[in-house]
Amino acid sequence: MSDWPLWEVFVRSKGGLAHRHFGSVHAPDAELALRHARDTYTRRQEGVSLWVVKSTDIVASDPDQAGELFEPAADKVYRHPTFYDIPDVVKHI
Amino acid sequence: MPSLPPIRPEDEAIAQRIRPAGAFDAPSDAHDPVRQGTLLRLGDDALILGQRLSEWCGHAPSVEVDLSLANMALDLVGQATLFLGAAGDADELAFKRDVLDYRNCLLVEQPNGDFARTMVRHLLFSTWQHMLYQRLAQSSDRAIRDVAAKGVKEIAYHRELAAEWVVRLGDGTDESHARTCDGLDWCWRFVPELFEVDAELEAAIACGIATDPRAFEADYRAAIAAVLTDATLPLPADQRPILGGRRGHHSEHLGHLLAIMQHLPRTYPDAKW
Repeated sequence: MSDWPLWEVFVRSKGGLAHRHFGSVHAPDAELALRHARDTYTRRQEGVSLWVVKSTDIVASDPDQAGELFEPAADKVYRHPTFYDIPDVVKHI
Repeated sequence: MPSLPPIRPEDEAIAQRIRPAGAFDAPSDAHDPVRQGTLLRLGDDALILGQRLSEWCGHAPSVEVDLSLANMALDLVGQATLFLGAAGDADELAFKRDVLDYRNCLLVEQPNGDFARTMVRHLLFSTWQHMLYQRLAQSSDRAIRDVAAKGVKEIAYHRELAAEWVVRLGDGTDESHARTCDGLDWCWRFVPELFEVDAELEAAIACGIATDPRAFEADYRAAIAAVLTDATLPLPADQRPILGGRRGHHSEHLGHLLAIMQHLPRTYPDAKW
């Protein structure tokens, strides 16, 4: 319905994994938002747990600030831990 | 002339053990009219309500509700396929029987009306179906037991969702309240049929394959009253009950439903897809 708020849907696809953003649904309240999320996004065994959050409650970064927020990281290659020699005997790293 | 040796108790015990494993005179489920009738009642209820709900596809108030209704329709058609499959060829039974041979209750064949009436009908039916399946999960018949055990989780969700909607519609705007009252008024006279025990059901209860719905009628009425209270809806006065679906005496609506549902396989009986 046109006056229903939008809710963002997060699905945990299996135990141990984090909830991931799947999409959004319209619903009149939180309880029905969960049910709409269940009926819309977990019909094919996609999940074992659901979160919904009102879209307006999410604080988002401003796309106009993308330059100052994210571009400075582009030339900081030393922040990746790739400059170490790992001894052969060390496993699982 | 020597007489036959007496039948000792241990011989009888051995015979009892062997009999179900395919002795030539073992009773066959396929020709048991009580079991057949029980499966048709359960399968037809699920099939007809599934078909009714699927009529909403593409017409629901929002795309999310459209999916909810279609999901529930598919749950019901799935249960119908299993029940009718245990009674015979599910497609033959669904598409090649006419109104008089259908054994569903009258509630499920009622037209959708508006969204409020559909949700009231679904609350009234799925609350009953949920209580029924919980008990049929202990049926002495394996097919009935298995389908009920699988279906009970599906129906638990139907029941909750329908209750959520009835509460929101009843306790919503003046218009939604009035429409929900009208829906309740339409559906209420078909509730007593859900608790009717006729000779066939009596026989099915006696042999352990079915359950006596009167055992949970008080629980059912209390559960419905609780939802209606939340929904600020008055409990309707009891009306003259309308019975007969279990005997094939249906309202005029079922024929129209079957005409649409059966049109394709009857027109193209050899079609494969």
